[in-house]
Amino acid sequence: MAMTTSKQKVFVANFDEMQQRIGREIVVDGIKIAVFRLLDNRIKAIGGVCPHTHGPLAEGIVSGEYVFCPLHDYKVSLLDGTVQEPDDGSVATYDTSIDEGKVYIFV
Amino acid sequence: MRTEQLLLIGNGMAGVRTIEAILERNSTKYEITIVGEEPYTNYNRIMLSHVLQNKMTVDEIITHPMQWYKDNDIQLIHHDPAARIDTDNKRVITASGVCIPYNKCIIATGSRSFILPIEGAQLQGVVGFRTIDDTMQMIEQAKSCKRAAVIGGGLLGLEAAKGLIDQGMEVTVVHLEKWLMETQLNEQAGQLLKKDLEQQGIQFLMEKKTARIRGTTKVEALEFSDGTVLEADLVVMSVGIRPVTGMAKEAGLHVERGIVVDDFMATSAEGVYAVGECAEHNQMTYGLVAPLYEQANVLADVLTGRVTEGYRGSTVSTSLKVSGCDLFSAGIIHERDDIKAIEAYNGLANSYKKLFIQNNKVVGIVLYGDTTEENRYYKMLRDKVDITTLNPVTLLASACGEASISVANWDDADTVCGCNGVTKGTIVQAIHTQQLTSVAEVTRCTKAGNSCGKCKSTISELLTHVIGDKVTAAPTGICACTHLTRDEIVLQIHEKGLTTTKEVFQALHFRNAEGCSKCRPAINFYLHVTFPREHTDEKESRFVNERMHGNIQKDGRFSVIPRMRGGQTTAQQLLKIAQVADKYKVPLVKITGSQRIGLFGVKKEDLPDMWEELDMTSASAYAKAVRSVKTCVGANFCRFGTQDSMGLGIKLEERFEYIDTPHKFKMGISACPRSCVESGVKDFGVIGLENGFQIFIGGNGGTEIKEAQLLTTVETEQEVIDLCGAMIQYYRKTGIYTERTAPWVERLGFEHIKSVLLDQEQCNSLLAELEEAVAGKRNDPWTTIRENESMEKELFTVGRG
Repeated sequence: MAMTTSKQKVFVANFDEMQQRIGREIVVDGIKIAVFRLLDNRIKAIGGVCPHTHGPLAEGIVSGEYVFCPLHDYKVSLLDGTVQEPDDGSVATYDTSIDEGKVYIFV
Repeated sequence: MRTEQLLLIGNGMAGVRTIEAILERNSTKYEITIVGEEPYTNYNRIMLSHVLQNKMTVDEIITHPMQWYKDNDIQLIHHDPAARIDTDNKRVITASGVCIPYNKCIIATGSRSFILPIEGAQLQGVVGFRTIDDTMQMIEQAKSCKRAAVIGGGLLGLEAAKGLIDQGMEVTVVHLEKWLMETQLNEQAGQLLKKDLEQQGIQFLMEKKTARIRGTTKVEALEFSDGTVLEADLVVMSVGIRPVTGMAKEAGLHVERGIVVDDFMATSAEGVYAVGECAEHNQMTYGLVAPLYEQANVLADVLTGRVTEGYRGSTVSTSLKVSGCDLFSAGIIHERDDIKAIEAYNGLANSYKKLFIQNNKVVGIVLYGDTTEENRYYKMLRDKVDITTLNPVTLLASACGEASISVANWDDADTVCGCNGVTKGTIVQAIHTQQLTSVAEVTRCTKAGNSCGKCKSTISELLTHVIGDKVTAAPTGICACTHLTRDEIVLQIHEKGLTTTKEVFQALHFRNAEGCSKCRPAINFYLHVTFPREHTDEKESRFVNERMHGNIQKDGRFSVIPRMRGGQTTAQQLLKIAQVADKYKVPLVKITGSQRIGLFGVKKEDLPDMWEELDMTSASAYAKAVRSVKTCVGANFCRFGTQDSMGLGIKLEERFEYIDTPHKFKMGISACPRSCVESGVKDFGVIGLENGFQIFIGGNGGTEIKEAQLLTTVETEQEVIDLCGAMIQYYRKTGIYTERTAPWVERLGFEHIKSVLLDQEQCNSLLAELEEAVAGKRNDPWTTIRENESMEKELFTVGRG
């Protein structure tokens, strides 16, 4: 808990407004974060910029627990932010929560 | 634990294979460092000819990504080659002066292309064919050069020649001997090979000795010893390879042709070993992969303290990676007093076999044209099978019914994949324990078949033997999620009445329950074409461009390209575009390739407002769909125009806009044969004539330029429109997602498509199908989104925290 209390809690969207498997980009202090509602309704948030050529990950195709960057198809894990083989790299991950139908991330 | 330092010089196939074999035996014995020269991690050099022949990419031939080195705690220095071995102090010094101490050192420096010592060999445009860099240089040169000469008609030279043909060059192979691949083939097989390669477009100059290469800074021509000349912009030297031994020689090691090793791969220096192409064993050096791997296993045994019989030399075999030229060669292929041969030539099939027999045992094999029996003969050779009981005819005949040769009867210890030293027993065990059902899976789990690929038929046979009809085919699937092809998927969608991607993935057992970025958009499209009424388009299965209705730019922003049918606009539209561009500070306003005006670099959240203010519709310039129609000025203004091309273009656009197709579908309408809109490279191109219209289909001006073919000539605009509609629907029904019409025409056959479209009945029914499929669906997406506030919010909001 000590970890999250020091972090800023940021409102993303109403849960109902977020479509399954369609990302939402949110900019916090200049940092782009991509937030996703998975098919099983979990909310996942990762750094919004692909480490390859800075493609917007929020616009990628979401499959299971991965998103594919729209620019060059890098496959990024929504769980731990790692780029999948054969490419490499990683993006940050952020904690999320849903309170009373509202989606938040912790930055 | 890890007390000993193991240093490998050379980051290639033989060395890394040795390290892998060591790690398999004992992963904690050594602290391992690898020093390599090339700026890549280990790759499969054998597959370079596939890269040159456009069958694989460089990424696909990398066998060990950086992660492998990390995972195994291997320190890789691949930007600073080893320069000196100091055997007295047991250390290696790199080019930049770094000292690396070792307890055990493996030299696996491989070999280099032998560059003929002739004048001009250093000119720009002279390359060898050994490395990724060589290959990339050849591909790069092929873009601007036309004529290539390959010196050397051996295995590598011929693979390089075929690759350069595939890169679009004119290629001449210059060979010193009377026939090709003279060390692996006898004259008859060499001549058959030459004939087949000539048919693939390669030209040959036989019995020619290159005297010098002409040119001032760049290659211009080859000059031969008989005074004749061949013009060339690129010269590939492929006359042989030389073991890289300089460092070993300087360190005082015993070096002859290669670095001399004993049966345990030890060199003359204590603690220093050599494997691969740089090593010489029993006066033999090898340039093929199988022996290298056998050596790697012996050395791994030695270095991990396992008992080993040592290396006893290898029987080598060769096959050529050029499609349409199946050949196989192994062992001794020249007749001598004690070696007699039997042969068979089948002129009908252009195939040839010759077996060389010594003391009732097969000692050499040459097969050309039909290599289905190669495993059978190779096993006879390797196992020294006594063939006394076989008469020459049965020996040459197919092995049908000869159970003794079938892989089923092999011993578990018999090697299936010589390249990687994988035995039958290992494969059978893997099939059982890991429930493997395809050759590709066996390759992934056991490595069998991942080098030269020659043993894939044996693996397939073995799979059938072990699991019967449960064998699945090689990966023919549309992506890694499935082994099913496009046709199989569409058939199942029909038969099972599937209407969502989720149902397809479930019913057809895709490996990922939600597919991937390749298959989900494809399936969404197939569903849409198969069940236009029942299927609801899935936004989340669309690529971003078709979800946001603009092309995503490299910086993540988008383009806005409004529709101007036929390329016609008005002063009012131009004023509006100017105002919007100004108001939203659009960084780029540009006339596009298809006669439209594009606004580029637009922020996602601005898109709906800009559409609103423009009050124009979308040109679909981002979609896999019928695109805008390019037209010339036409008969109303042009003094040469014979038809109203602009009018016809506008009609076609009105009629077919917003219909989605497997890939973009471009049209061009010219009013005379001057074809100002380049109708000859359009998916559907029209050229107006005095008394009618010529219709061309399947052209492409893109990645691969393809000239459109004349479908027919018709008299009226209505016939043009009808044929266009029929073609669009036939393409939608039979096309593979992301397949342009040029490869589609090639795949289905132009004559077939022509017969369908020109058959009035089929044409009418295609038109009716199209009408039904798109009824009520051809809506401008910009308007749709503007009118749907929640959709706008869901798709185009960017949050600010």
